[in-house]
Parts: sequence; C-alpha cells; structure tokens
Amino acid sequence: MMQKMYDWVDERLNITPMWRDLADHEVPEHVNPAHHFSAFVYCFGGLTFFITVIQILSGMFLSMYYVPDIMNAYESVKYLQTEVAFGVIVRGMHHWGASLVIVMMFLHTLRVFFTGSYKKPRELNWVVGMLIFFVMLGLGFTGYLLPWDQTAYFATVVGVQIAESVPIIGPYLKYLLTGGDIFGALTLARFFAIHVFFLPAALLGLLAAHFIMIRVQGVSGPL
Amino acid sequence: MAKIDKDATFVGDSRISAKRIPNVSPSYSEYPGKNEAFWPDFLLKEWMVAAVCLVGFLVLTVSHDPPLTARANPNDSSFTPYPDWYFLFLYQLLKYPWVAGKYVLLGILGVPGVAFTAMILAPWLDAGKERRAFRRPIATGLMFIALFCIFFLTWEADHHHTAQLAAKGPAAAAPAPADPNFKADGMWAAQTSCISCHGGNMEGGPAAPNLQKVGTNQKPEDIQKIITEGKGGMPPGMFKGSDEDLKKLVDYLASLK
Repeated sequence: MMQKMYDWVDERLNITPMWRDLADHEVPEHVNPAHHFSAFVYCFGGLTFFITVIQILSGMFLSMYYVPDIMNAYESVKYLQTEVAFGVIVRGMHHWGASLVIVMMFLHTLRVFFTGSYKKPRELNWVVGMLIFFVMLGLGFTGYLLPWDQTAYFATVVGVQIAESVPIIGPYLKYLLTGGDIFGALTLARFFAIHVFFLPAALLGLLAAHFIMIRVQGVSGPL
Repeated sequence: MAKIDKDATFVGDSRISAKRIPNVSPSYSEYPGKNEAFWPDFLLKEWMVAAVCLVGFLVLTVSHDPPLTARANPNDSSFTPYPDWYFLFLYQLLKYPWVAGKYVLLGILGVPGVAFTAMILAPWLDAGKERRAFRRPIATGLMFIALFCIFFLTWEADHHHTAQLAAKGPAAAAPAPADPNFKADGMWAAQTSCISCHGGNMEGGPAAPNLQKVGTNQKPEDIQKIITEGKGGMPPGMFKGSDEDLKKLVDYLASLK
C-alpha cells in the first residue's frame, strides 16, 4: 500500500533522486561517536539544529498567548506562566533553550576552529556559520525584551545605548530599533517583528545555505 | 540548459523521465574505514544523542522556572540593568575606563569589532594547509586568549553585579511582603505625597518600597536624609511640613520594626 502510494507520487514527481540525495551520504568513521567516543564533539552542530527546532516550535506555541503591546505583554506572559496548563514548561523551554542554543553553537564553532575545518575549500561555510552566530545573538537580544519585565526593559535600554554609540550609523541603528525617541510601544512592536519575522527568515535562509554547502562538500576529513 | 537525450521517454507531456530510478541505499563497504549510511543507521544514533540532550534540557526546564521580574517601569531609575549572560562579557568590557567615555569607540568597534572581524576572516588569516590545532600555534593561541577573556569578563560581570546588589542592601534586593493587618498611624494619613507612592498603609507600590518595617534597617538620620534629599526614583523635597513635623514623622518611621 505504502509502496503503491510512493510509486504513484514518484511517477508524477520523480522524488526518488531527491530522497536519495538527502539520505545517501556516507558518515565517515572519525565523526561517528559509535566508533570513537571522542567524536561526540562532531555532534554539537546537529544538537544546535535540534535545539533551534525546539525554539521554533516552542516559540510558535508562545505566540498563541503572547500579546506584543506594552499594556498586555507582561500580563500575557504572566498569565501563560501561571495560569495556562504547561505554559511554564513551554516558556521554560524557550527561555532555557535560548541559552542552550548559544552554548551548543559556541561549542560547535570551537570544534570547527580547533579541527581547522574552516580551511579551503570550506571558507564560505565558515562565513555563513559566523553570520548564523550573529543572527542567533540578535534573536537572543530581541527576544529578551519581549516579556516586558524590569530585567528585560533595562537590559535592552543599555543594549540600545551601546548600539547608539557606534559612530555614524549609531543614531540610525537606535532609531531603527526603538522606532522613536523613547523606549515604548513602538520599541516592543519592532523587537517583536524582528524576533518573530525578520531574524527567523534570515536564520532559515542561512541554515539552508549551511546545510547545502556541507552536503556538497562533505564533512572535513580526519586530522 | 540540461542535456537532452533524444531517446528519453517521459510521463505524459511532463519533464519527468519515464525510467524509474531504484530506491535503494548504496553500500559503503568499498570505502576506507568504517563508513556507514546517514540514513537510517547514523541518523538513529544521532537521535539517541539528541534524546539524551533533550532529557537534560527538560530536567532543567522542569526544575527551574523561567524568571519573570516585576512589570517594566521606565521611571524606576534605581533598577540595576543586567543583560542575558551571553552578552555579559561585552557589557563588562564597556565598564572599564580605557574603553569607555571618550575611548568608547575602542570599546565598541576596536576590541569586539576586531575580534569578530578576525573570526569571520579566520579562513584567510589562517590560510595554511595545516589543520591540527597544535601545529598552528598562533591561531590556537589567539583563540585561547579570546576564550580566557570571554570567561574572565563574564565572571567579572557577575561578580560586579552581585556586589552591586549587596551594596543596595537587602531591602532593595528583596522587598518585604506587605502586611495586610498593618495599620498606619494618623500622622501617615496626612502625608498625601508619601501615600501616593508608598500607599495608604505603607505597603509600597511598583515604584516605592514597603515602609511597614523601615526602622529595622534604616537609622533615623538616614530616613530623614532620604525624605529631604530623595533616593533612587524618589525626588527630593516631597515632605512639605515644618521641621518639627518632619522630626515626628522620622521618629515614627524609625520606630517601625
């Protein structure tokens, strides 16, 4: 039955080459922790992606309750955390997952650095990886404001003041982030839009480029 | 343009080839070493690593509730800002006088800017063929220095923050819960400007602390100083009465223990 359904689709869309392209690539011995336990360092990239998926899913659920305006943002987060069934778990996963992504990505970057995997011909993938790193930091920075509590508000004020002191582009950067002269309704709306639409879109594009490049080039060889 | 095979046959009028490709995994037995297929052999093992990671993650989530402090109050100038931990090293760096004030450019673009640019350009800065870390001591050494600086600055930032909170006193760190049975003296009821922030029963509010036990950790002269000169978000000169009345109020507040 399944086979017949597969053949029916395959005859029309020729999906076998696409599927084999995803599934067929050899995993060499030196990156396989089943053969060499120390190869667990090669897992950090995959774990970063795994936690990124958790972040996307938990974020989607958070957005069912979160209200991005200064009157209701704090109340909605508080309601989610104290009243909604398992709300505290969903927000907890998103909150701690944000830290965990940074940790995993940091370890992945160090693995790539110390194994010299960024060298020719993989320079471009390293650059894309660094861009992913900055996008992730941007997601952390913009997401931190959204609960609209005291720590969030004042940490963001300091962060934007730092951005403002960059020469030439600083004031424009501040205006772009805050949407005006004060930290208020527009600031929260902008941080929400950046956190939920702009940066995730950039992240997904960069991740696709990262994964396509690693598939085209293959994992770096043993040291 | 794709190569066109004149003998090719297609499904209907589409571009899909009528010839089906068999859906089987290749064998990697000819490869050197113990290669295995990504699908499904290796992916299952990777999922096991992910499952272990997920269990640790969920234990953390269940045991530690995500923090949520009081609702943001832009008028509270006494709140000590504290960024998320992975920005602490940058935050701490900018506290040092040699990268702040008129040298702030060095602090913002100089140190982190150079470090991040060097990270992006690493493949061209360290362009040699050698991949082993101990055979390229400059790259490895610089990375270790950077790591040391990041860990040190993060630790310092946390240390400073803890010291700052301790300096503000226990009242600022953890406000005493309001006692609903507390009854303020008639003298307090006359102080409308005090009541507007500290509440009719001294229970405190979003911008002002609870004063029901203010005598426990404040001496009378400190209380008087706060009333006349203000503190944090409290402006000076809120008390409008005579010096004698001020003295009475201070004595009353100091007696609250």
